[in-house]
Amino acid sequence: MSKESVESKNIFEKIWTAHVIKQVEGHPAIFAIDLMLIHEVTSAQAFQTLENKKLPVFDPGRLLATIDHSIPTRSNRREIFDQAAATQVETLRNNCKKHGIPMRDFDQGQGIVHVIGPELGLTQPGMTIVCGDSHTSTHGAFGALAFGIGTSEVAHVMSTGCLLQLKPKSMKVEFHGHFRKGVFAKDAILALIGKIGIGGANGHVIEYCGESIENMSMEERMTICNMSIECGARAGLISPDSTTFDYLRGRPYAPTTSNWDASIEYWQSLRSDAKAQYDRGIIIDLDKLHPVVTWGTNPGHAIQINECIPKLANLPKSEHAITKSALAYTKLSEGEAIAGTPIDWAFVGSCTNGRIEDLRLVAKVLEGHHVDPKVTMYIVPGSEAVLEQVKKEQLDKIFLAAGAQLRMPGCSMCLAMNDDKVPEGKRCVSSSNRNFQGRQGPGSITHLASPATVAASAIAGQITSPEQYF
Amino acid sequence: MEQFKSLTAKVLPLPIKDIDTDMIIPAQFLTSVSREGYGENLFRRLRDQDPQFPLNMPKYKDASIMLTDSNFGCGSSREHAVWAILDAGFKVVISKSFADIFYSNSAKNGLVLVTLPEEIVDDLLLEAKNKELLLSVDLENQQVQNEKQIYPFTYDAFRRHCILNGLDDIDYILSAKSEIADFRTKQSSKQTVSTLVINH
Repeated sequence: MSKESVESKNIFEKIWTAHVIKQVEGHPAIFAIDLMLIHEVTSAQAFQTLENKKLPVFDPGRLLATIDHSIPTRSNRREIFDQAAATQVETLRNNCKKHGIPMRDFDQGQGIVHVIGPELGLTQPGMTIVCGDSHTSTHGAFGALAFGIGTSEVAHVMSTGCLLQLKPKSMKVEFHGHFRKGVFAKDAILALIGKIGIGGANGHVIEYCGESIENMSMEERMTICNMSIECGARAGLISPDSTTFDYLRGRPYAPTTSNWDASIEYWQSLRSDAKAQYDRGIIIDLDKLHPVVTWGTNPGHAIQINECIPKLANLPKSEHAITKSALAYTKLSEGEAIAGTPIDWAFVGSCTNGRIEDLRLVAKVLEGHHVDPKVTMYIVPGSEAVLEQVKKEQLDKIFLAAGAQLRMPGCSMCLAMNDDKVPEGKRCVSSSNRNFQGRQGPGSITHLASPATVAASAIAGQITSPEQYF
Repeated sequence: MEQFKSLTAKVLPLPIKDIDTDMIIPAQFLTSVSREGYGENLFRRLRDQDPQFPLNMPKYKDASIMLTDSNFGCGSSREHAVWAILDAGFKVVISKSFADIFYSNSAKNGLVLVTLPEEIVDDLLLEAKNKELLLSVDLENQQVQNEKQIYPFTYDAFRRHCILNGLDDIDYILSAKSEIADFRTKQSSKQTVSTLVINH
């Protein structure tokens, strides 16, 4: 091997190396974490661990808390009727106060953790970021190594600023080509998951690259990285470029003018070297891709909207049992067209697709149209800042005129921990990230799609391609 | 963390691929601030939907080993899934493969995850469906055994040591306190973004 190729590194390896504090042969690395985001659902037991072990919080300035998972999205959201959820929120407030941890509470910049980190400029290239939430991979869009952890590990980071980590493998996913009209980042990532399956990237950190990624906005890149976990990847990330730097400039926690140039220089140095090696690679061509929707009960059950649900005979035998059970649950049949399936609910929101760019697309589709009277449509902004921008751009008027409900920010119907649930047996087309059985409420049926497909389907009352609106 | 060395117990077969953590413990049960009490809602929706779901069947009562198909524990990072499995009395999960975050969460709680080759899991699943299956799981020697055969497995040496001795990660990390302090000092002198501290 030439000297050059030995020294070539991909961005994941660069960030990994820069954060290994100690590595004993045969042991996991003691790995430094730069930022941890916390929320009400996966933090209380971690604070309890610190209490039991009489340990202080290592560095409260490296933590940021908010409330998103279990809070209501009604206008009177301060009143939490579910007593357990109310206790959970109050516990987080008390813990943050006690340990001096900054918190974005209601009317203080609250929002979904993975929406507010980037919009505050906290998420920056080269950082290691964790959160007790599997969609932490979202922050990888900025060239950060970001991944979800469990509550025990939340306690480790709280008390030490570190985690024990085994080095994952690397996987290069190249997206080539240009989107057709009405096709978006969500369709691209669903196409990848459909191709490699929900365990297809287990044990790997994905780097997304190729000219399609280079042409994407930060919002689109966040949608891509967000769903890395849906094919099992430990994280997903993208080498930072001028799009990244332009997004960060001027944000509250981004570097200031005095250290901006030095930061850019550092960030540039993180980009994967041309000859960097990966353990695996895959190329996806987007030129011919149509909008993608799911038909089953995991995100790998994805097909293009002009295709039919796969026939059992065309699937490997190992897929038969799960396919049958998925179709029984979603009340669909093998070989059936997915377009035209009648829907009852439409949901736009979540850490996957609850940003301002997503809501602008929805407004573009809905403008001058009305949601089918049979359909209930929720539009849930990812953060208070997104909601404010919606109002500034008067998108709220479009939503109202179309008969959609604009709600307050939170995770909402993505995981239905609060009052926002798709009723039993009802079918929802959703811009969220998981279509597991009962994910949007007991007995609910979910079809994952882009925000544009959700809006077009809401108007038609059935699963419909948004191509005609663009 | 509780120590685990070995166990002989009845097997609960769950011949389902891609069991996600929403199935293991649905989101509506995550509002608790405690680590206890999730066991009664383990697989709650599947149990409610199907009286024949194995966890509902008296013949699998007292099972402490769960035997499943591939990619067990995918989806959400909720550690509540591990807490629910332990709280319901299970100590070991045997599968063809596991999702990453679930694997890590299990190790932190002493839930032993055993990966066996596909054909062996398929055979054992069939056996457990047809008759009561007892298996012995020996973490120290990394082997699963029934009356007929021994199936070896591999388990990360460091993690094995921690579970065999009931050791916690925090203590291991804190043993490197001075290295951590040095690292942070060096990092902040570099003037890169990683020095970021949130003022409030």
